[in-house]
Amino acid sequence: MAHISVSPDVPGIRSLALFRPETGKPLYELAQVLLRRPSTLSAAERELIAAYVSSLNRCKFCSDSHTAAARSLFGNEGQLVSEVLENMETAKISSKVKALLRIAEKVQQSGRAVAPEDIELARKEGATDQELHDTVLIAATFCMFNRYVDGLATWTPTNPKMYAEMGERLATKGYVLNQKS
Amino acid sequence: MSYIPLEEHLPGITGLLEYSRETAEPIRELTQILMRGPSTLSEGERELIATVVSSGNGCVFCTTAHTAATNTYYDDPSLCEMAKKDIDSTPLDEKMKALLHVARLTGMGGKQVSTEAIDRAKKHGATDLEIHDTVLIAALFCLYNRYVDGLATHLPKDASYYQELADRLNKNGYVRIPEAYEQLKQKKTKPNS
Repeated sequence: MAHISVSPDVPGIRSLALFRPETGKPLYELAQVLLRRPSTLSAAERELIAAYVSSLNRCKFCSDSHTAAARSLFGNEGQLVSEVLENMETAKISSKVKALLRIAEKVQQSGRAVAPEDIELARKEGATDQELHDTVLIAATFCMFNRYVDGLATWTPTNPKMYAEMGERLATKGYVLNQKS
Repeated sequence: MSYIPLEEHLPGITGLLEYSRETAEPIRELTQILMRGPSTLSEGERELIATVVSSGNGCVFCTTAHTAATNTYYDDPSLCEMAKKDIDSTPLDEKMKALLHVARLTGMGGKQVSTEAIDRAKKHGATDLEIHDTVLIAALFCLYNRYVDGLATHLPKDASYYQELADRLNKNGYVRIPEAYEQLKQKKTKPNS
């Protein structure tokens, strides 16, 4: 049971956005701009960073929903997502994305854990200032979402079908509030 | 030196919010609602939550800035120092102490927030909305702290900067004031204007 009175049949972040729509609005807007605005990182790659950080924070709701979103966005390369979550180092993703995921992993531990060498390595693989910025901010943002969702003990569904549907919706519609769930 | 090129006259978070205005907008809006919007928690209490979390995360810029902001609301600056070191040693009321514990646990990880910590807050009169806002403020500062340190933003050269920032946060809150940035820029590029 959640720590506060949210609708018991609405999962995760959605229940919190309904509880406090004033804060829900900028939270969804932040997710939309970070993960969907035009960028040299694909929406799939950005969802992968979100899923990776959420998985490191052991937030099942965020991890499973963003894993599903990334899987849907990667299309016929969807298996890459599970590869990354199982072992990022051996996954068949580009060296640049790997270097960015390593930075995201450091941010998950602490902002201070990101070392100049981590940044240099990513730059050597072609990462731009904007990509470095977005990687750090996506990782930091999911450290917020994960704490918000689990800190208030919101409902975490266990049915994989629910996450597949959420992922599909996030992949096609993005982060919009007030749609039928 | 910061990991990405940020304007030199804008230390800590201020440089990042100008670097990426599109993402800054919802972050500022969220912060303004949580920290300055109508609430049964005072602005000083909410600044104290931000300070305790930033201190737990070891973020020097955010801790120093929000300590200064907190102290614009409390007469005794030792209160904030005590809260950072040992919440229960402060003369704060029991509800606030319990909420600060919830904030500190949120900073450590969402799953660290125990039913006992929540029950203690409720027992001392914390409402659902106060608990919600405490957790979200704590989570939001986990974002800020990681953003500021993860890109190695620089600290202000002059410590008096923090007092100016704190006064601005007290007076104007977290909305973007273009003039404030322009003035800083002019100071730098046109010293005689």
